[in-house]
Amino acid sequence: MTQQHTHTIQLKNARLTRDDRTLWTGLNMDVRAGEFIAVLGPNGAGKTSLLKLILGLLPLAEGSITILGKAARRGNTHIGYIPQQKSFDADIPIRGRDLVQLGASGYRYGVGGHVPVSQAHIDEAIQAVGASSYANMPLGLLSGGEQQRLRAAQALVGTPEILLCDEPLLSLDIGSQQAITKLIDAYRRDNNASVIFVTHEVNPVLPFVDRILYLANGHWLIDTPDNVLRSDKLSELYGTNVEVIRIKDRVLVLNGEDAGLQHHHGGEQ
Amino acid sequence: MTLPFYLSDPFAWHALLAATLIAVICGVIGTFVIIRGMAFAVHGTSELAFTGAAAGLLVADNPVAGAFGGAIVVATVLGSLAVKERERDTTIGVILAFGLGIGVLLLGYYHGFATEATNILFGNIFGVSGDQLLVLIGVGLGVLLVTTYVYRPLLFASIDPEVAEARGVPVRRLSILFFYILALTVTAAAQIVGTLLVLSLAITPAASAIRLASKPRNVIILSVLFALLSSVGGIVISLASGTLKPSVCVTTISFGLYVFARLYGKNQPKRAISA
Repeated sequence: MTQQHTHTIQLKNARLTRDDRTLWTGLNMDVRAGEFIAVLGPNGAGKTSLLKLILGLLPLAEGSITILGKAARRGNTHIGYIPQQKSFDADIPIRGRDLVQLGASGYRYGVGGHVPVSQAHIDEAIQAVGASSYANMPLGLLSGGEQQRLRAAQALVGTPEILLCDEPLLSLDIGSQQAITKLIDAYRRDNNASVIFVTHEVNPVLPFVDRILYLANGHWLIDTPDNVLRSDKLSELYGTNVEVIRIKDRVLVLNGEDAGLQHHHGGEQ
Repeated sequence: MTLPFYLSDPFAWHALLAATLIAVICGVIGTFVIIRGMAFAVHGTSELAFTGAAAGLLVADNPVAGAFGGAIVVATVLGSLAVKERERDTTIGVILAFGLGIGVLLLGYYHGFATEATNILFGNIFGVSGDQLLVLIGVGLGVLLVTTYVYRPLLFASIDPEVAEARGVPVRRLSILFFYILALTVTAAAQIVGTLLVLSLAITPAASAIRLASKPRNVIILSVLFALLSSVGGIVISLASGTLKPSVCVTTISFGLYVFARLYGKNQPKRAISA
């Protein structure tokens, strides 16, 4: 009984496949309320698919998943979602505030007053991410960082217990990266919410992360950052020589066999 | 014959009523068309309405019923084939070319009045019978009701498909539904301006409105207003002139409004403040 309150997401012996290819198998993961989990791994390892599974958009091939004690389902309002930063067209006819409003009531059919979130809540969410000064401007004219803050407000407006983030920092400047990460961290502390944060770059979130789920080669590893970001553990996971180097408080994961010691996400944009 | 003479005829009133309804759905649907980047789908479905109309003309001497039947077929084919956004225009182009070929073939077998055929291409709301006008009004009301019902999820899916999907909006199903809404709207509009000039009602008013407003609701209101000015205004001017075709008047007004929006709208987006 108490498990339902402490664990927001539970995966048991879970196997996920896409197009008959097994992404990962035997995954066991219990996510606690208020926990910040970073999901790392190379492209195609099934990081985004994990989020889709939690959102009820993909089925498991094997094993089970429960969200707040119930089966995963589409349109679960207890889950907020922040996607990758993708710029909106300059002439898209909506303002930042409308984007947040869509997050609150955009899935509802019909017309009329059954909007579940009041304007005051929308204002509050916009204020919480520090977007009040530009929330009424056309979305397409805002910078990537500003758009991403509004994305965060859109995800948080319903006060979800679970927040899923899919590379929300990609192509943002350092200042915006820090701002977005901090507000996500503040939200989960204030609301005891779980955060699942998919990223290629662990350093911006490392100060906030409780555990890391590392997916690679169909295998997985979940533990505290100090127990995952180790040369021996990641070499075993990848099945090849991997070096983890710490420079001050930054962590670099390098392919040890690569003569150029290429940063493992160096191929990304 | 003068304008008051025509306006005393119930037929003219039916035409104006249909034009009003068509303008409303064109204004609303046009806004979604622009957000979803589907201008070519409008052109494609409308030219394919020509094929449906030609078939209707040949089989039952009823181009309007034929065009609506054709619209359903076209929406089904495009909705199931043009799934990915990147391949959408290509698929529409392929279907359009083949469909038009069939239309030309069908028209070759038609030996009635040539004006019936040109009315399909260039439109003439006065060439539409009373029964057909009622069909037009019925389809228009149906499209309006369905669009009102799915308004919010459709807007969400059009602007922000990824997050909409995460929030449980059936993005793919709405995309198919929108093909039906679009095909029916375009076919209705073709009765006024013809299949070749449908863009003047289904795209131009919304394209003008988007330059003048930034809230979705205001864009739709302006877009409907511009479509109304174009279609109803065009029909009244056509009646008053006695010689000008309605489609000519409609496209001219609609283009004039667009020029106005280009001149006075936010054609060079600039930030009011920097944050």
